Amino acid sequence: MSAPAVVEIDDLTVAYRQHPVLWDIDLTVRAGALTAVVGPNGAGKTTLVKSIIGLVPVAAGRVRVLGRRYREVRREVAYVPQRGSVDWDFPTSVIDVVLMGSYGALGWIRRPGARERAAAVEALEKVGLEAFRDRQISQLSGGQQQRVFLARALIQNAQLYLMDEPFQGVDARTERAIVDVLKEIRTQGRTVVAVHHALQSVPEYFDDVVLLNVRKVASGGVEDVFTEENLRATYGGRVPFLQAVAGQGEP
Amino acid sequence: MSLGELVGLVLTDYTVRTVSIGSAALGAVAGALGCFALLRRQSLLGDAISHAALPGIGLAFLLTGSRAVPVLVLGAALAGWLGTLVVLGIVRNSRISEDSALGIVLSVFFGFGLVVLTLAQRRPTAAQAGLETFLFGQAATLLERDVALIVVVGTSAVLVLALLWKEFKLLTFDREFAVSIGLSATRLDLLLTGLLVAAIVLGLQAVGVVLMSALIVAPAAAARQWTNSLSVMVGLAGVLGAIAGAGGALLSSFASGIPTGPTIVLIATGAVGFSLLAAPERGLASRLVRDLRTRRRVLSDGVLGDLYALACQHPGRTGHPHPVAVLKAMQRSRGGVERSLRRLEADGWAREVQPGEWSLTTAGLARAREGFRAELGADAPPVTGQRR
Repeated sequence: MSAPAVVEIDDLTVAYRQHPVLWDIDLTVRAGALTAVVGPNGAGKTTLVKSIIGLVPVAAGRVRVLGRRYREVRREVAYVPQRGSVDWDFPTSVIDVVLMGSYGALGWIRRPGARERAAAVEALEKVGLEAFRDRQISQLSGGQQQRVFLARALIQNAQLYLMDEPFQGVDARTERAIVDVLKEIRTQGRTVVAVHHALQSVPEYFDDVVLLNVRKVASGGVEDVFTEENLRATYGGRVPFLQAVAGQGEP
Repeated sequence: MSLGELVGLVLTDYTVRTVSIGSAALGAVAGALGCFALLRRQSLLGDAISHAALPGIGLAFLLTGSRAVPVLVLGAALAGWLGTLVVLGIVRNSRISEDSALGIVLSVFFGFGLVVLTLAQRRPTAAQAGLETFLFGQAATLLERDVALIVVVGTSAVLVLALLWKEFKLLTFDREFAVSIGLSATRLDLLLTGLLVAAIVLGLQAVGVVLMSALIVAPAAAARQWTNSLSVMVGLAGVLGAIAGAGGALLSSFASGIPTGPTIVLIATGAVGFSLLAAPERGLASRLVRDLRTRRRVLSDGVLGDLYALACQHPGRTGHPHPVAVLKAMQRSRGGVERSLRRLEADGWAREVQPGEWSLTTAGLARAREGFRAELGADAPPVTGQRR
């Protein structure tokens, strides 16, 4: 763990109407690694990601990104919201959504130009959607929508990628495409933090893992902390993954 | 009055020209801004703002004694803006949902506005002030300086929309991402709502508080049917709004003297109805046609499958004809067997060997086998093989 921390969270507490969603979280995310955030529904996974970029009001605690406050390092962070958080019937095209990734660097009023379009096309090629650039977004499948969001994050050219359930409801092909992109990001020494649901693929896809259930149960390298004991502590004894493994004798 | 005479009037008559330019500009601005209200699912907000503006008009008159339109419009704007803030405040600080908050503000402000208006009517100058025209609108009362105000404020609103186009677009599509890259969602919300308030209060004199929201929502809803591009949608909604605005103003002013608001609503609603029915892709008519095509395809695929099953029963003699009666029995009561056969014939997949007896063509055999494979994920039984 000699790599510098990309995200440093101290004593973070987030509450929603007096009801704690995250309680006293301490966490460091190391650079150049793929980190999964796992935990049951309502564990605060999405809230944790949102609190890093200031999308939710923090009751107590401190969050540092690349050693600074988030608003000082915005250009270095790319956020991929849950696919279901937007209306895909919005009247716009695939390339337009990807270009939205350039808005932050462009600043106010300026419009994306040829350079941004070239970057957007390149990002679409990386996620295998170059043929869909002018497609209306309502015609995309769930996996294609997810890859459009990923392409939008790619043209932000960030140091830290925060993704909320990038594998949610996608087909096998999309899952492979996303994993390839994540690994490429890691090769470039950049960092990914992803909220993740499918426990069985955590060891295969990720280097580090954060086990979360309002409180942090454990965090660190997958081989060290992704243990049955920790999973039971996180999921309160009912671990979907372990049940799935136990039931694997039958077709 | 014929259409030709009306056009002639617009070109020659000064008053008619003033009224139509004002109403068209108003409709264009309202239509363009309405797109954002519609896409942000805030269609009701326009209704709440316009109703909330009514007490502002009455109070402005009571406090200043002036019936100059700019004074009344300013009062309307302040009250509309206050109504909006109350809605936002309720949503933020209570568990009341946004639609309930809009309903509360709309009815409370409107009710208060009616009381204030009744008080204002007792003033001796109230009758000439024409305050009651603010309820249902009377475009004919637009003066040149009112139109100038509409054009100036409307142009400024459109200019702001154009300058901050990508910011408003991103805020509307993906608010959280917009915040993550540093856009101030609260400020942009206030600005966009401010533009909406401006467009609405400008329209109150011509269209009226009761129906002004129709000019916001209807052109946008109609335009959405025809395009999948935000810029085209906004442009089209502007044009539709201008047509509805000018058309409604002209008809109400010179045909029968009925209030302008309802006339505009009728025209705009006509556009929405036509768009919902006739628009390609999203329209009801094109959906019906698509459904019908799918239904026919399913039926003829069924007959194709039956012919294939029959062919499998006659190893080595794939061209053996089968009577229509058999196919009808196999399709049970689904009907349309003869029509399906004609379709298959037109596609080159089946042929009528002799009257009333059909068989698959070679292409039809290949197609049926393909269909089996796609459906079952396995190779279809070979035609020349044994009985299944």
